[in-house]
Amino acid sequence: MSSILKLNAGLTKSILKNASQGNVPAGALSRALHIKVDRKNAKVSDNVSKVYPIVDHTYDAVVVGAGGAGLRAAFGLVAEGFKTAVITKLFPTRSHTVAAQGGINAALGNMEDDNWQWHMYDTVKGSDWLGDQDAIHYMTREAPKAVIELENYGMPFSRTTEGKIYQRAFGGQSLKFGKGGQAHRCCCVADRTGHSLLHTLYGQSLRYDCNYFVEYFALDLIMEEGECRGVIALCLEDGSIHRFRSKNTVLATGGYGRAYFSCTSAHTCTGDGTAMVARANLPSQDLEFVQFHPTGIYGAGCLITEGCRGEGGYLINSEGERFMERYAPVAKDLASRDVVSRSMTIEIREGRGCGPEKDHVYLQLHHLPAEQLHQRLPGISETAMIFAGVDVTREPIPVLPTVHYNMGGVPTNYKGQVLTTDAKGEDEIVRGLYACGEASSSSVHGANRLGANSLLDLVVFGRACAHTIADENKPGESIGSISQNAGEASVANLDWCRFANGKVTTADLRLKMQKTMQTHAAVFRTEETLKEGVDLMSGIYKEMEDIKVSDSGLIWNSDLVETLELQNLMLNACQTIVAAENRKESRGAHAREDFKVRLDEFDYSKPLEGQKKKPIAEHWRKHTLTHIDPKTGKVSITYRDVIDETLDEKECSTVPPAIRSY
Amino acid sequence: MSGKIQLLKVCKGTFGQVRNFHVASVSNGPTKTFSIYRFNPEEPDKKPYMQEYNVDLSSCGPMVLDALIKIKNEIDPTLTFRRSCREGICGSCAMNIGGVNTLACISKIDAGSSKSTKIYPLPHMYVVKDLVPDMNNFYNQYKSIEPWLQRKDDTPKKTGERQQLLQSIDDRAKLDGLYECILCACCSTSCPSYWWNGDKYLGPAVLMQAYRWIIDSRDESTSKRLDKMRDPFSAYRCHTIMNCTRTCPKGLNPGRAIAEIKKLLGGVASKEAPKLQTDALQS
Ligand SMILES: Cc1cc2nc3c(=O)[nH]c(=O)nc-3n(C[C@H](O)[C@H](O)[C@H](O)COP(=O)(O)OP(=O)(O)OC[C@H]3O[C@@H](n4cnc5c(N)ncnc54)[C@H](O)[C@@H]3O)c2cc1C
Ligand code: SF4
Ligand code: SF4
Ligand code: FES
Repeated sequence: MSSILKLNAGLTKSILKNASQGNVPAGALSRALHIKVDRKNAKVSDNVSKVYPIVDHTYDAVVVGAGGAGLRAAFGLVAEGFKTAVITKLFPTRSHTVAAQGGINAALGNMEDDNWQWHMYDTVKGSDWLGDQDAIHYMTREAPKAVIELENYGMPFSRTTEGKIYQRAFGGQSLKFGKGGQAHRCCCVADRTGHSLLHTLYGQSLRYDCNYFVEYFALDLIMEEGECRGVIALCLEDGSIHRFRSKNTVLATGGYGRAYFSCTSAHTCTGDGTAMVARANLPSQDLEFVQFHPTGIYGAGCLITEGCRGEGGYLINSEGERFMERYAPVAKDLASRDVVSRSMTIEIREGRGCGPEKDHVYLQLHHLPAEQLHQRLPGISETAMIFAGVDVTREPIPVLPTVHYNMGGVPTNYKGQVLTTDAKGEDEIVRGLYACGEASSSSVHGANRLGANSLLDLVVFGRACAHTIADENKPGESIGSISQNAGEASVANLDWCRFANGKVTTADLRLKMQKTMQTHAAVFRTEETLKEGVDLMSGIYKEMEDIKVSDSGLIWNSDLVETLELQNLMLNACQTIVAAENRKESRGAHAREDFKVRLDEFDYSKPLEGQKKKPIAEHWRKHTLTHIDPKTGKVSITYRDVIDETLDEKECSTVPPAIRSY
Repeated sequence: MSGKIQLLKVCKGTFGQVRNFHVASVSNGPTKTFSIYRFNPEEPDKKPYMQEYNVDLSSCGPMVLDALIKIKNEIDPTLTFRRSCREGICGSCAMNIGGVNTLACISKIDAGSSKSTKIYPLPHMYVVKDLVPDMNNFYNQYKSIEPWLQRKDDTPKKTGERQQLLQSIDDRAKLDGLYECILCACCSTSCPSYWWNGDKYLGPAVLMQAYRWIIDSRDESTSKRLDKMRDPFSAYRCHTIMNCTRTCPKGLNPGRAIAEIKKLLGGVASKEAPKLQTDALQS
């Protein structure tokens, strides 16, 4: 096979001299079962000449990730005529989008009069005015179209008696700009919305000629002259290395919940995309904003959807009191997630927690009719039984705030184009690179994401990436060249990991990191805990050098993959905790006990008259941008303005900052 | 500072209870032996074999996946298996545990019995490594049934934007018990017909998904979908052995779905007309 050559990792500089840039059809290399990796050479472990077969591919576009965001981007691109590769470490329907339960927001107005501008208002307020309003404008305006599109693809939405999509109440959703009471805006498929959405999108993608590279682990971006020209990936099935040269690369790799000890995220949510961006010396945005979902099952961490409270469930403390009535008199249990998680934590701290350790609270559902539970919440009834041994028709579920979602990620504009800052601190587009889904920060969620806005984010911005690429490129266009040794560093790192023989195993170090993050960057944060956490994390980061990997094989080496994932998690975790220490205010999910108030350019709790606008250096209504040096783990911080202007002032005007109460 | 102590207290519950809890010290609590199928393609001379691991249950979560992860983390990092969601929704961790095809993440460890629990990859599949089977044939079969909604008029309407199709609550209820499938392949790999004719017989998982689209009141390709299955293999290889239904970890009933397909194929039943005109909102 002419396109296979051997990469001499770690030895020579002029590797890949003969790199053919031909396009190998999917499966050309990877299919055969017990594939013959060049064992003669590959087996040598103590020799410098470790040889990896390399395959080169060329595409108009490459999408990394096949969750909701990646799939929507991918078939959108194929529909526009772009030859598209989808690289994913999991078979598409195994992506974590599958676990989303509650639903997807869109002002369809199936239950009552609704209006996307109200959805926009709620989202801006939910973001604690850290969201970019052009992106929020775009997302909420496109929402009804996006959901109808999903329905037309065959997504099996629950129905109203009129045969329309059923919409339930969800946290933070109101009518008439917060004045018209609870909105029913969350479109759902019982409590399996993510599963249906992902399977529907995957099915739909099969109509199109997407070239799937399943169980391929993307290692790094290929950057040339400040432009992204593709990615380099490891094929798990045979250990071969693949370079995808591409005019456009879309990152849709999801979040990094596994940086924490207790999370609702899958084992595979390791922030690979954000880490790839960090290694390309590009910034990440607002990583300090980590959402704790109020209702993770105590112990197991599995999610119990907010839809439970949307259907009428509520939280109680050890005294049987429905305590959310005290903290959020209007929205009660359906206040925004950050508010509910904090309230629960205070209840527990003040000694009103449940159970022998008084360290959790209860979510009660059994006052609801069994029929409703069966019809609307069948999945969580099952999950509560399996993981908490609880029959929801009779007993409450023990729950605890649990890490759930990363508001931060790769900064993008509302078109999905990745941003960095130029020498003057102005936004600059990184050519050839796009991001969508949880990996990105567009920033529609700002400091706190509202429930059911993420699935929406996936489909709206997945599609936006495809549209932007189609608007600015043509299929078959020539691609800037990549240097012969592109990806060399990634392969050298992979090789290093494979034979790493230090003192600490990947699992042990990962646990140490997760526990540090869990204790030191939790629901409530103080200077003391954060500072200590920053120091601990920098020590833990250094321990990566002393990692021990036991499996040195090439075929399905999950020990190696977990190590690469740990490297990625570390980059995310370090940036997160440093950014959290740095932000001296409380906003959305970032709650500092020593800086309890939100610090805006004005004090919005008082009349604005006579107040002088604070310069950006003196307030915190700004995005954090972090860079990290992968060698040392040292993080540096700059800032970016929040975008308050909407896309069109006539269509919908800016929601001015105000004090946020529910 | 009291804040910090309190904080740690809140976290303590999280640490103490979470599964995959790791203790360094050796405890002498109850242990359980797992006997696990090992196969490394990079050691071609070595035949597949069973390897035994003893797991201390006092520091292990309740599920078989917890034990596998504990083994991988603490005893043998080379042990290879697929996993992702750990809550029974992604379908990654399907394997044969104690003789039954199921999901490791939602099967409780059998702590009551002193016998070892045997774990194999899904039966009758090519094995890539240890507990990782090759799923490509299964995925290709899934693709072959065209798992997307098909309408006669699929192009956007000239006037006005697209609208939601209508579906009555009853019509929607016909999809219950079908759409929840997570494509784990537990059923197909428990089916003797699939073992012997897996290349031509679609198997229960894929057939149930075919039925899910056939019966959807919004889908208009019913006869085309059925016609594709009229050959002697695609559907008719099912002999109603019902292993599939017995094993489905999500409690679904693919055997019944296949029976329904056969009724439609045989002309004994036909698809009902939608209760609501599906495109009533379309201008
Ligand atoms: C339990 C739970 C319930 C939720 N419920 C809701 C809800 O009701 N409503 C809502 O709006 N949101 C919900 N969310 C949030 C939402 O589901 C997620 O934010 C969203 O699904 C993320 O989608 P994604 O496409 O960005 O990433 P994912 O679905 O996580 O997909 C990531 C993809 O990237 C691939 N990938 C990652 N790294 C690599 C790599 N290195 N190489 C190759 N491929 C890679 C993976 O294979 C995968 O295909 C929930 C989240 C959780 C955890
Ligand atoms: S009922 Fe049909 S599909 Fe199910 S196990 Fe038996 S033969 Fe296989
Ligand atoms: S029907 Fe059940 S066993 Fe079969 S693939 Fe679907 S979920 Fe798995
Ligand atoms: S890990 Fe997802 S189903 Fe078991």
